[in-house]
Amino acid sequence: MEPIRQHRGVVAALHRENIDTDQIIPKQHLKRIERTGFGQFLFFDWRYHPDGREREDFVLNQGHFRKATILVAGKNFGCGSSREHAAWALGEFGFRVILAPSFADIFRNNAGNNGLLVIELAEAVIQHIAGNAETHCPYELSVDLENQTITDEYGLSESFEVDPFRRHRLLHGLDEIDMTLEHEADIARYEQLQQASRA
Amino acid sequence: MSKPRTLFEKVWDAHVVRAAEGEPTLLYIDLHLVHEVTSPQAFEGLRLASRKVRRPDLTFATIDHNIPTTTDERFVIKDQIAAQQIATLRKNCEATGIPLFDIGSGRQGIVHVIGPELGLTQPGKTIVCGDSHTSTHGAFGALAFGIGTSEVEHVLATQCVSQKKPRSMRISVTGTLPEGTTSKDLVLDIIRRLGTDGGTGYVIEYAGQAVRELTMEERMTVCNMSIECGARAGMIAPDDTTFRYLEGRPYVPQRSAWGEAVARWRTLVTDEGATFDCEIMLDGTKLEPIVTWGTNPGMSIPVTATIPNTSDARDASQRAAMLAALEYMGLEAGTRIEDVTLDRVFIGSCTNGRLEDLRAAARVMRGHKVHAGVDVLVVPGSEAVKRAAEREGLDRIFKEAGAQWREPGCSMCLGMNPDILAPKQRCASTSNRNFEGRQGRDGRTHLVSPATAAAAAITGRFVDVRGWKYRS
Repeated sequence: MEPIRQHRGVVAALHRENIDTDQIIPKQHLKRIERTGFGQFLFFDWRYHPDGREREDFVLNQGHFRKATILVAGKNFGCGSSREHAAWALGEFGFRVILAPSFADIFRNNAGNNGLLVIELAEAVIQHIAGNAETHCPYELSVDLENQTITDEYGLSESFEVDPFRRHRLLHGLDEIDMTLEHEADIARYEQLQQASRA
Repeated sequence: MSKPRTLFEKVWDAHVVRAAEGEPTLLYIDLHLVHEVTSPQAFEGLRLASRKVRRPDLTFATIDHNIPTTTDERFVIKDQIAAQQIATLRKNCEATGIPLFDIGSGRQGIVHVIGPELGLTQPGKTIVCGDSHTSTHGAFGALAFGIGTSEVEHVLATQCVSQKKPRSMRISVTGTLPEGTTSKDLVLDIIRRLGTDGGTGYVIEYAGQAVRELTMEERMTVCNMSIECGARAGMIAPDDTTFRYLEGRPYVPQRSAWGEAVARWRTLVTDEGATFDCEIMLDGTKLEPIVTWGTNPGMSIPVTATIPNTSDARDASQRAAMLAALEYMGLEAGTRIEDVTLDRVFIGSCTNGRLEDLRAAARVMRGHKVHAGVDVLVVPGSEAVKRAAEREGLDRIFKEAGAQWREPGCSMCLGMNPDILAPKQRCASTSNRNFEGRQGRDGRTHLVSPATAAAAAITGRFVDVRGWKYRS
């Protein structure tokens, strides 16, 4: 997993709440057996006409937003299906940070397991950032995971909360399986106790 | 005396492998269910890291998400990418010793239908699967939740998940549900009240007389849709209904071990005096049949109501969501939902593809004909459900009415196989999600109970099934 400490990038806004994983990546694109190749299908039905042409009215098809690496969206982002393909698609498109008032549980875990930083901010701050993304072109944010701050050139300075363990993993790009296997003795002990109680 | 604990806490505590300050808990997993769509990258990850599947004996696989439901096509899949995904699962299971309930084995089916029917799902177990509707298994008093593919790989390698302990919520439903309403209506009503994120971060225990009176299959429908209000899991304390359902199933303890297991399971109840982070009381006697009108499962109304006006929205953000939903669904505020006509009906899925669901639909459709121009698909949840339904002659009732009787799988619930809606087609569906494009690009999904879906198939529009003229 690629570590993330500081990130500065262009912000794109999706003015919607409850953006579900079916929207992030529709099911017809879940059939690949690799972890790669999903970025092209990100927000597929919003991004393309049925005949495959790009939809001009969709933000990620417009000018500098094509290079966006920070996404700001409405509450309950990533609800619905557990498909990790959603996190893969966002990452492969180029996103490193997602900002929203709240996130769905499974998506939050999937993002964390793929080096995608999700940050909860108050609704008013989200709206402020989303507004800036549209008035300042391009609008950039600096996200500092070490100090847990978000700043821009126009005086915005917000701190954010993040689970300390997840922060540690993201900062160092640590693989969760490796970390768990350090506790192999605990797992083996649990299994022995289970076996003994059944015998 | 020890501190009173909730059902959830009892199951959680019994599975803690390691708990350290400032770290997520390492929780042992008793049952890991695997399917073709969310597992190939996990197996590949294991291979690349030269890791082994730690407990193939606690892992079971089946094929459900992308298989076609026509008799000819299910064995000869035309979609080459789907076929490769299925072939990959077979290869992975063979290489790692994971049992696979393959197509035609007699035990294949939707992962959340076969777990319970084989008796793999048991009270007190921790159960995970790379599928958000894993919450279904909580109906047995198990702690069951969906995980992503990286976590699937983590469980394959370590038999554990790394989890922050969720908060607890109890939803108590008093009284008896009225005739003509179902547990699907109940859970849709709960989601409507909580909103699509009201349960986020919680494990919900469903309790109260109305829940106790539900059959196991009805309880599964409720727990199945817990994820639609954002909950990590739904749980119902096991009781005699649970034990009667499980007794004699292939994977449950047999002979003297059965009695011991039941005695152990009986302790899996919330203790008197245990506290929840959130408690909600609902009056079950007021429930009406529910129909969703919008593009998430929280956007619903009673079948007798009209589509809400955007002026009822709580804020600008919700108003925008309602406007977008109305436009996508091709509906106008103020329309009676009973005046909305349909093109398709889908009866099936891990929410409502079990034998009792098919019985409820058949009871409504018996002796009637499907409305002209409505295409009706009935998809049993598993090969076992299909056999049982055919033994009872339910397939004949559906076929005589003019519905299609298909082979088991997830089918049009998510449309990964050829069963999809055409653009702008409107469908009454017994599944769990009405998201944009869920059943096919620009398709319009309304979530309902099997009885309401069956009635809609006959009348060609939504109808209050409480006044249905049953024919025998």
